Amino acid sequence: MVAIDFVGVTKSYGKRVVVDGMSFTVAPGECLGLLGPNGAGKSTITRLLLGMATPNAGKITVFGVPVPARARLARGRIGVVPQFDNLDHRFTVRENLLVFGRYFGMSKREVEAVSPSLLEFARLENKADARVAELSGGMKRRLTLARALINDPQLLVMDEPTTGLDPQARHLIWERLRSLLARGKTILLTTHFMEEAERLCDRLCVLEQGRKIAEGRPHALIDEQIGCQVVEVYGGNPQELRSLVKPYAQRIELSGETLFCYAPDPEQVLTQLRGVAGLRLLQRPPNLEDVFLRLTGREMKD
Amino acid sequence: MIEGYMAVMPANAWNWVAVWRRNYLAWKKIALAAVLGNLAEPMISLFALGFGLGIMIGRVEGTSYVAFLAAGMAAVSAMTSATYETIYSTFARMGGERTWEAMLCTQLTLGDIVLGELAWAGTKSLLAGTAITLVAATLGYAAWPSLLYALPIIALTGLAFASLAMIVTALAPNYDFLVFYQTLVLTPMLFLSGAVFPVSQMPGAFQQVSSLLPLAHSVDLIRSVMLGRPAESLGLHIATLCVYAVLPFFLSAALLRRRLMR
Repeated sequence: MVAIDFVGVTKSYGKRVVVDGMSFTVAPGECLGLLGPNGAGKSTITRLLLGMATPNAGKITVFGVPVPARARLARGRIGVVPQFDNLDHRFTVRENLLVFGRYFGMSKREVEAVSPSLLEFARLENKADARVAELSGGMKRRLTLARALINDPQLLVMDEPTTGLDPQARHLIWERLRSLLARGKTILLTTHFMEEAERLCDRLCVLEQGRKIAEGRPHALIDEQIGCQVVEVYGGNPQELRSLVKPYAQRIELSGETLFCYAPDPEQVLTQLRGVAGLRLLQRPPNLEDVFLRLTGREMKD
Repeated sequence: MIEGYMAVMPANAWNWVAVWRRNYLAWKKIALAAVLGNLAEPMISLFALGFGLGIMIGRVEGTSYVAFLAAGMAAVSAMTSATYETIYSTFARMGGERTWEAMLCTQLTLGDIVLGELAWAGTKSLLAGTAITLVAATLGYAAWPSLLYALPIIALTGLAFASLAMIVTALAPNYDFLVFYQTLVLTPMLFLSGAVFPVSQMPGAFQQVSSLLPLAHSVDLIRSVMLGRPAESLGLHIATLCVYAVLPFFLSAALLRRRLMR
């Protein structure tokens, strides 16, 4: 049985179509990333999945349970890490787990039985009696993750889990998520960080304006869509530079003030540009950012 | 449509308790200040209004004005504390504080959450109303044993006003809207319901309006209990308050579904 099944799901608010005929599946134990800029429909998809919004058309099932008709049953098997912190700031870390466990019908004894291992998992053993307001951003995120695990869910739904965190805190979250995947949990992750998507996801759906524009394993997508080295050029007159390197590049994209040259032989491009004063050049392997730029004509960063 | 509405109804008879306990835990942290406030407010009002006005007014409906007023204030405090809890604290938990957002990701349905919030607002009004009746009885303006009968009526009054306020919360676009409810609905109701002066002093048309207002029924009930008088049309009063507690619950659940689960 698949963990998540979306078939032709459409959601619109008035005339604005937010999710447009979306179909995808997530297998148990898999990490699927929904990748797209703000407004692509990622958050709406997670709301639909939890039964917090009703689709205008299409079918959604979670572990075979129809949503939203039996969303409550489905939510019993889902843990959610929302995009915006919704912890109870007046409460301590321990109290947050207790209160949230009760929302799942757990007794105080049951919550206390699982709390130590959740706190250890979230590296918050020493903060059990600290108030949430005293925690750093990274700690709050880890507490939200621990809280999402309180009902021992099979599926974790994470809406931009590392947005707003510093790099260190972000790496710790990624490491924790990998250990959850190793334990066989299924993860649906929305993100606009390419690095996050590349590191964690088995498979990606690239979204734009509510539609799926590409799908596949991260490296397969990169090979398929780009398949050659990239030279980034900062500075100078982009139009002049473009004609200078055109014969040697497969494709050239201008995004903001940066020129992206996709070249099977980047050395030739670099040779052309070394003579021009005031440029900064960077040669690198292709990544998901390039895939997105190619598919949509613009950068993901927003 | 109907199916979607049924899905947000309370999942069972006890789920709401988790919401009530969450609010109780938050309240416990400020309980001392809250209880002192509950006691101080009626003491100040009873002393000031009762003695100040009482000396000028003398007896009302066969009792001292302070005793008359104390019963009215017990009902009014149940009304205001349930209303404030629902239109301010619940509104915050539904919106900015994102408490409901977290709850909606769990085994709670929207109906469970609304029910838990109403029960909590009812509890707050029970606390406030109990404080007034205790103060009144201590000062000799209410009979001790009859206080026990006043408590369930105060709680029912709280539930009715919490339920009504939940509709306002469901419709309110912002805090300013909530103020309108206070000034345009609650304040007139206070004067039309016989809380501070007898309904019989008003023109006939106003008396008819008064008979439809939940506060009027609550005031009648609480006053007869606190003054140790036989209650007239007991069944009608209780039934009216029950209707005001139950119907707005279903309406507010529908409105909140439209607002939050689009």
